[in-house]
Amino acid sequence: MSVFVIRRLMQSIAVVAVMSFIVFFGIHIVGDPVDMLINPEADQADIEAAMHALGLDRPAHEQYWYFLVNAFKGDLGRSFIFGEPALQLIVQRMPATLELAFAALFLSVLIGIPLGVYSGLHPDTLASKTIMSGSILGFSLPTFWVGLMMIMVFAVILGWLPSTGRGETVPLFGIPVSFLTLDGLSHLLMPAVNLALFKMSLVTRLARAGTREVVHQDYIKFARAKGLSPRRVVLVHVLKNIMIPVVTVIGLEFGGLIAFSVVTESVFAWPGMGKLIIESIQNLDRPVIVAYLMITVLMFVTINLVVDVLYSVLDPRVRLQDIRA
Amino acid sequence: MGSNAPTLRVEDLKTHFFTKAGVVKAVDNVSFSVDRAQILGLVGESGSGKTVTGFSILGLVDAPGRVVGGRIEFNGEDIANADEGRMQTLRGNRIAMIFQDPMMTLNPVLRVETQMMETVLAHQKVDRKTARQRARDALGQVGIPSPDERLAAYPHQFSGGMRQRVAIAIALLNDPDLIIADEPTTALDVTIQAQILFEAQKLCRERGTAMIWITHDLAVIAGLADKVCVMYAGRIVEAGAIDEVLDHPVHPYTRGLIGSVPSRNRRGVPLYQIPGMTPALLNLPPGCAFRERCPQADGACMAEPGLSVPFDGRAVRCFHPHLEAGA
Ligand SMILES: Nc1ncnc2c1ncn2[C@@H]1O[C@H](COP(=O)(O)OP(=O)(O)OP(=O)(O)O)[C@@H](O)[C@H]1O
Ligand code: SF4
Ligand SMILES: [Mg+2]
Repeated sequence: MSVFVIRRLMQSIAVVAVMSFIVFFGIHIVGDPVDMLINPEADQADIEAAMHALGLDRPAHEQYWYFLVNAFKGDLGRSFIFGEPALQLIVQRMPATLELAFAALFLSVLIGIPLGVYSGLHPDTLASKTIMSGSILGFSLPTFWVGLMMIMVFAVILGWLPSTGRGETVPLFGIPVSFLTLDGLSHLLMPAVNLALFKMSLVTRLARAGTREVVHQDYIKFARAKGLSPRRVVLVHVLKNIMIPVVTVIGLEFGGLIAFSVVTESVFAWPGMGKLIIESIQNLDRPVIVAYLMITVLMFVTINLVVDVLYSVLDPRVRLQDIRA
Repeated sequence: MGSNAPTLRVEDLKTHFFTKAGVVKAVDNVSFSVDRAQILGLVGESGSGKTVTGFSILGLVDAPGRVVGGRIEFNGEDIANADEGRMQTLRGNRIAMIFQDPMMTLNPVLRVETQMMETVLAHQKVDRKTARQRARDALGQVGIPSPDERLAAYPHQFSGGMRQRVAIAIALLNDPDLIIADEPTTALDVTIQAQILFEAQKLCRERGTAMIWITHDLAVIAGLADKVCVMYAGRIVEAGAIDEVLDHPVHPYTRGLIGSVPSRNRRGVPLYQIPGMTPALLNLPPGCAFRERCPQADGACMAEPGLSVPFDGRAVRCFHPHLEAGA
């Protein structure tokens, strides 16, 4: 087991290293921030002074080297716009994004799995067909459009829910969260549903496909032949088997949830990393973009690692192979 | 539980599958009975309807299949029409089944312990400790070494033979009145097979358990069963006491089956192979289902033969049974 974890850890480090290279040079190709930052009337000397101050006059490989050295010290540069450390800017906004992503994840599992299992058990009923059609909508409707529609219906027309911001937050272990106050919860609900819609559809379909496959297995019939209640057959024998693919995909898609939150955060003015990155891209605020990408890569890699470990906890057959590895 | 009533009596059982292509009569007018402490062998080629018969008794035939007719009497109670709740209390408790494929029978993500204990807890008001104790005892009974440790293992940590023993142990847990064993020894090697057959016989005699032993191999049940039903294409073609049937088979199909089993008495004689294959059950043509493969077939066989009126427990479904002089 530990051999397996160490090996996966080394792979993760390699991925982060490669990504840092791609991110850093990729961003260099995209555009020159000096054009945006410097007064168009400034003369050549001013421009050069500014470039020198930002370190942009050094050769690219040297800049990369400084970037790496500083990154190790936890310094990903200062925002050109805010003048604050880029990392700090991102970290400040991370709780809002993570809260939104977790809320969406929670919703998609809480709703997606029961819907999927139900329609897997009764594939030919009207309810099941409705669920499947719904999941196709969830897949194909663009997130921003659904978000706007939700605002229109629930905030503008009905006036039930607030349309922007995080609402009242309270600190939980020193991190501000919305979901512990009624006001915060009402702010969280719409963006979370909006972000969850795609994942919910995915989970529903996975759970349905898994259920349909598992219920025809001999071991399910054997469980019934032992005289177990249908409840126990579904909640223990079926569910435990379909959780393997569901957890894997949910885990791997969690990174996607954070990436997708860019859209939702923009629509609902949710003060998270996504909103920050959109603004930073518009301003070509290079250190913030790089810091955002690096943090995202780190998160993806960590998530993958956690999923692998979780997977082996869920599936005893994987565990044995790891011991042999 | 009248002492004279057989443990199980199946009468004119019909189980059909209503597929898109047509009706598959997987079990068609099957009748037999098993008494306490008796072992009935159910023999036939692949696809003859043995497993479906077993599932029908347990009420576990899934769509598109359905029991469409007949009576199933268990200890005198008609269970063919019993509700699901009643069946649930019987399954795994009074009637246990051992499945055909040991590799697929156990849930891969649950510990053996869980899968055994839940069987006890579903039917008996005992605490978890007692349930675990019973599980351990049952594992020991089927000859699994160090049962205490093995309880915590997962199915993939057992070999096929060991898994089948676990399945057998599960069937024994609640001391059922009837065990339906669906080719339980096919996956096992010969020594273990003999051992399990011996154990089964002992159990049957000691506890008075009735057993239906499903197999495609007559040799397996030769020394085990008390009586035998030979199935072909969903129907019983010959039935009787095991020695009678083995010594004097009268149906051409049974004769073919016996001819294909190696025997000490016929050493050197080439093994007989029944020509052809089991017919597709979908839209079976009228007449005797064995017609295409039968050496005795003639014009009469274009009609469907009925099962003869049992005489001394002996019955046959054929227009031209092989009746030897003195048999
Ligand atoms: N779900 C199903 N749909 C349609 N037909 C089925 C279905 N299940 C079983 N059958 C039919 O029932 C027949 C009997 O099947 P069964 O499994 O009882 O055979 P068997 O005697 O147990 O054979 P084997 O020795 O291979 O286990 C088969 O020929 C098959 O065509
Ligand atoms: S009825 Fe005719 S075809 Fe059928 S088994 Fe008897 S002899 Fe053969
Ligand atoms: Mg079978």
